[in-house]
Amino acid sequence: MKQVIELIINGEPSEVIVRPNELLVDVIRDKIGLTGTKKGCGAGDCGACTVLMEGKPILSCLTLAISCQGKHIETIEGLAKDGTLHPLQQTFVKKGAIQCGYCTPGMILSAKALLRKTPDPDPEDIRYEMAGNLCRCTGYKKIIEAIIEAGQGAHEGGPERVRI
Amino acid sequence: MKEAPNVSGFDFSVIGKGLPRKDAWEKATGAAQYTDDLKLPRMLVGKIKRSPHAHARILSIDTKKAKALPGVKAVLVGSEAPNLYGIMPQTPTESALSIDKVRFVGEGVAAVAAVDEDTASEALELINVEYEPLPAYLTPEEALEDGAVPIHEDKKGNNIIYEGKQSFGDVDQALSRSAYVLEKNFYTQCVNHAFMEPHSALARFDEGERLTLWSSSQIPHYLHRTLSLVLGIPMQRIRVILPTIGGGFGGKGEVASNELCAAFLARRTGRPVKITFEREEVFFTNKGRHPMRMHIKVGVDENGILQAIDFDTLMDGGAYLGWGVVVMFYCAAMLHLPYKVPNVRFHGMRVYTNKPTCGAMRGLGGVQPRFALETMLDEIALKLDMSPYELKRKNAVESGHTTALNNYVRHSEYKKCLDNVVKRSGYLEKRGKLPFGKGIGLAGAHYSSGTSYTLYLAYKPHSSALIRVDTESGVSVYCGAADIGQGSDMVMGMIAAETLGVPYSDVQVYSGDTGITPFDLGTFSSRVTVACGHAVEEAALEINKKLFGVAAVSLGVQGEQLTSQNGKILSQFEQKKSMDFWEAVGKYISASGPLTATGHYTPPRRSASGKVQGGNIGHAPTYGFTAQVAEVEVDIETGEVRVMKVTESGDCGQAINPISVEGQVEGSIVMGMGQALFEEMVAEGDRVINPNLHEYRIPTIADMPEIDTEIVESYDPESPYGAKECGEGPIQPVIPAILNAIYDAIGVRFNELPVTPEKVLAALHERPAS
Repeated sequence: MKQVIELIINGEPSEVIVRPNELLVDVIRDKIGLTGTKKGCGAGDCGACTVLMEGKPILSCLTLAISCQGKHIETIEGLAKDGTLHPLQQTFVKKGAIQCGYCTPGMILSAKALLRKTPDPDPEDIRYEMAGNLCRCTGYKKIIEAIIEAGQGAHEGGPERVRI
Repeated sequence: MKEAPNVSGFDFSVIGKGLPRKDAWEKATGAAQYTDDLKLPRMLVGKIKRSPHAHARILSIDTKKAKALPGVKAVLVGSEAPNLYGIMPQTPTESALSIDKVRFVGEGVAAVAAVDEDTASEALELINVEYEPLPAYLTPEEALEDGAVPIHEDKKGNNIIYEGKQSFGDVDQALSRSAYVLEKNFYTQCVNHAFMEPHSALARFDEGERLTLWSSSQIPHYLHRTLSLVLGIPMQRIRVILPTIGGGFGGKGEVASNELCAAFLARRTGRPVKITFEREEVFFTNKGRHPMRMHIKVGVDENGILQAIDFDTLMDGGAYLGWGVVVMFYCAAMLHLPYKVPNVRFHGMRVYTNKPTCGAMRGLGGVQPRFALETMLDEIALKLDMSPYELKRKNAVESGHTTALNNYVRHSEYKKCLDNVVKRSGYLEKRGKLPFGKGIGLAGAHYSSGTSYTLYLAYKPHSSALIRVDTESGVSVYCGAADIGQGSDMVMGMIAAETLGVPYSDVQVYSGDTGITPFDLGTFSSRVTVACGHAVEEAALEINKKLFGVAAVSLGVQGEQLTSQNGKILSQFEQKKSMDFWEAVGKYISASGPLTATGHYTPPRRSASGKVQGGNIGHAPTYGFTAQVAEVEVDIETGEVRVMKVTESGDCGQAINPISVEGQVEGSIVMGMGQALFEEMVAEGDRVINPNLHEYRIPTIADMPEIDTEIVESYDPESPYGAKECGEGPIQPVIPAILNAIYDAIGVRFNELPVTPEKVLAALHERPAS
């Protein structure tokens, strides 16, 4: 039975018609058209589909869209504001924490949730919180450096924002 | 080519700078478009039905019910796409879908195109395939038994794909004269590339029977060629476009069935068709690292100088040919470096089994023998009461070395890599002195950078580039290289910017599109920086030449005295004689029309003596070197090995972009650690039982060791701006460095991978109490 639900994605309300078995990742990608959210495994193993729901990281490939009625969802497309990159996006670019980039959206959103909880994380905090986001390219070192630098920036009032 | 005055004498303005990648911006914002992100009007979804049998004859396929399902637009079976193909075009074994026989669980037998994914999935269920099961062989030993059914019936009654032999020098005599000979057996497992983006392909036929295929591939040219062969349409009517690619590591280095099926279904329906693999299908269509059984003898004299390597291997090829024979001969060639080995014998046999095919994976052909040899050298050194560092250093190759295989190493800083990594890690102070359970290990390696052969007989350049410069769109570099995430677009852009003397931000790179970019073989064998880099540099030098002609007249100086730097064309001797680069461009275009130039590259053939070079793979233009020290902690209670730190010193020539080099090295170290300690595609019964990222565990951020890398100062005159590979060499020493460290920690040598906690615990129990 199809149903109309409302999702507030990156602050914008959208009405979508969904079937009960439809996954949030597919709705975000195919119906809303925000393809920044990636599907790497479809089974909750890789973290590429991570989005923030009410500020908390969730795996959108394991979440039924129908269960998200009225929820605030943040995807990677919601991070850059007013033409400027989010500090995490800046430090990921600057530090070389992005190679193929397929894990990046999920990685940055998990990192955003981490920084909200722990604004100035040490590598151990990052290892613990980010173990659900797989990356095969970088070996993770530059990802850790990027998150630490973004955290420090936030602590000091935010690094200089760069225009896109 | 700019000549090296000395190793460090350059003053580059772009090369060697750690610039952020342009593509990183759109990847960070989610704007980057990967194949599965693309959507075309009236696009259909394609899906592939897969075999539940490891080995069976197909008796019949009934597609009637599937075709009748509303929303299904086409069904394809193997007999409708009968042309065989293979990355080795002389010996094609594969087809878009299996034709009369399936050879592994998960092989495609039929494909459908439907209006949506659910309909396509339902249609697959409605296809009825009748099979006659045959005996399945999961190991090469089983496949070689007398009376085993040939997996490929064209083979003369057995399952041997290829048997390779090479012998250089007199190995038997050298071994008999050696003061010490170590003989051992090793086994390595099958590992998967586990790139994050599953294969995806989108095909569209237009009215004129022209195919456009967007695909997640690292070999646009070979894909282009194969589409033409399998679909039976001329290459001129096909265009392959690579959108952003989410990693490859060799796994997208062969044509995949989704690419062919999408094209067939698009032709049949007249609508665009996209087929994206599930993660399970990525494992089924795996072209990962070959499991290898190795039997090796290494002989040294009383001073630890290598006398001979005698190497015998049985390779588990899986169901099809893939890159297999290339991997075999790469393996043979890898024995000859990074040490001076006067006598080398190789015998290898690649055997078909009823499992997903093995092929090329990062560092192909090298990772398995390097694991074995570096642990053997460690053992030999300790037997001779010598530091493994000393033994390796004594035997290390230097610039100007010619191997027994007749390969020429123009430049090597391998000794410096060993020296630096030992110093930086404190290896000599720590080895043999750490408490039980803690250990440190050293290993070194090389990798050939660039190939010498095309896979089919061709004399055309391996890489070519076109540069167009105009006052409206700036500098545009067109090249066929495939940026699969490693950052080759950036490397090409930096080489163009440096040569033209303009900022990197002025350069736009267009790559991986057979419709607009000139020819390139693709991304494999660490060839792109060297080969495509040469082509781009040559094209840029040609642009300079044209501009210098304009500037020479304008400035009243001879053209050959001009140089291009910091956005200016100026006299090398009188800097005030200068003109703006863009002014010169404008003048050139006004006077002569569009400003374009091409460059190309073919690896040099050095065989002046007529002697065969490099065995069956030929020589490489250059070689990268690396040395690593791993420090581990072994949990005596649980058997878990934790890699605490890896220190690396690498010779990648001049680093074009040090941030990218570090990224390649760090990624290689963590990937190698996965193979050393936990990754394995496990086959049981008749199938791979862990085709997912939950049970096939790759390293997470929680597993990563502290990593400390160093780019050793180096410049290889053979390469554009002295640069050579850094993406495949650094995975070679990871496994043996870790295993040597485990030996240092608990006194056990492991000869089989992965070194799981179970194996460690079992070994600790067997170990005599000391």
